[in-house]
Amino acid sequence: MDFLYLQKYYGFFINGTVITLLLSFFGVMFGVILGVMFALMKLSKNPLLKSFAVTYIEIIRGTPMMVQMFIVYYGLPKLTGLDFEDLTLGIVAVSFNSAAYVAEIIRAGILSIDKGQMEAARSLGMSHWLAMTNIIIPQAFKNILPALGNEFITLIKESAIVSIIGIHELMYNTDTVRGNTFKPFSPLIVAAAIYFIITFTLSKLLGILERRLRVGDSNI
Amino acid sequence: MIRTYNLQKSFGKLLVLKGIDVKIEQGEVVVVIGPSGSGKSTFLRCLNLLEIPTVGEVIFEGASITDKKNDVNKLREKMGMVFQQFNLFPHMTVLENITLAPRKVKKLSKEESDNIAFVLLKRIGLEDKADAYPNQLSGGQKQRIAIARALAMSPDVMLFDEPTSALDPEMVGEVLDVMKKLASEGMTMVVVTHEMGFAKEVGDRVLFMDEGRIVEEGSPEAVFSNPQNPRTKDFLGKVLV
Repeated sequence: MDFLYLQKYYGFFINGTVITLLLSFFGVMFGVILGVMFALMKLSKNPLLKSFAVTYIEIIRGTPMMVQMFIVYYGLPKLTGLDFEDLTLGIVAVSFNSAAYVAEIIRAGILSIDKGQMEAARSLGMSHWLAMTNIIIPQAFKNILPALGNEFITLIKESAIVSIIGIHELMYNTDTVRGNTFKPFSPLIVAAAIYFIITFTLSKLLGILERRLRVGDSNI
Repeated sequence: MIRTYNLQKSFGKLLVLKGIDVKIEQGEVVVVIGPSGSGKSTFLRCLNLLEIPTVGEVIFEGASITDKKNDVNKLREKMGMVFQQFNLFPHMTVLENITLAPRKVKKLSKEESDNIAFVLLKRIGLEDKADAYPNQLSGGQKQRIAIARALAMSPDVMLFDEPTSALDPEMVGEVLDVMKKLASEGMTMVVVTHEMGFAKEVGDRVLFMDEGRIVEEGSPEAVFSNPQNPRTKDFLGKVLV
């Protein structure tokens, strides 16, 4: 197995990696923002918000990512009459998918906080919102960080699926290289190594963050 | 200062409070005693609406807090509460625990709220713990911090929900000392407790609750040395050995 073709084709891998990172970054960011929203909706007492969130989460979790991808790709421009960049559509599909999983993780995290925390905050005159943002969510976040990290890593790996709508991310470009060089195998090893470096770095960074957030947990 | 009219609370089909009418005056220390499950804690939690009464009304400083038109957050600022399980915020230092509400709710500056916190920490003898996290403290220290946290909002009344029940015996004294000091400074207090010594020594009035009602009330001397109701007699006979 030789990797000499990299001298000519390394640019494909670099460009693909950049797009994969962009897609993952925005996917995670919007996924978390939307996920928090859906989690709060599902926990809310308003039956309308609640059933909307429940329905959304169930549908997303119960249908394949690939189908969602195509629905967004063909449906969103048709529905809005607007012209979107392919990458934008990819980010939309990935984040709306991730949001459902993130919402469930966050909801579980919020429910895991002792209700005495909310009571103590409210008894000091804090509003429900202040108590949520200052007391409950920071503690929940710490508890769910491992699960959230898992979801981020899954998202990065599954972002490969946007290659089917023609976004030139890492997997798409890997295929291009495989075709151009008539080497079906070794470019895949390069792609795998790049994915691994990305996810491994992320999991190390999350580990550091987790340890930082653990201050205050230790007993003397 | 606080009045309740026909306060009732049910959880599902279980009627826990069966109509409580009390009047708590400014500066008074009211101690609520009674067997487990008698509704003491529920009664206390209804006073600041941590439990929503099913029936009845709570008037605090002339305003009905059970009236949805009144802002319950504003009223709660004036009612400090201390919990059996402390409920300190574990992700914050002692100083942050105490200053959070003054800063976020009362919009005090960092300096102002820090000053208040250090005065309070000094009063409870824990000024060296300002930067500690709750998990680094003993139970007694945690509860004293929890009292300071409530006092930082300068409440008009302090509600204590079995503040010493989760403590190791050797730590009960330090918490009761803080509460005694507070009482001697004229703070209005409603205390649910099993500490009969505290009730006798500090209480202005004792309420004995059983099965969701106030069965007997009066001065500590009257209730402890000359109980009238058979249930009170039975209960005190068991706890005052």
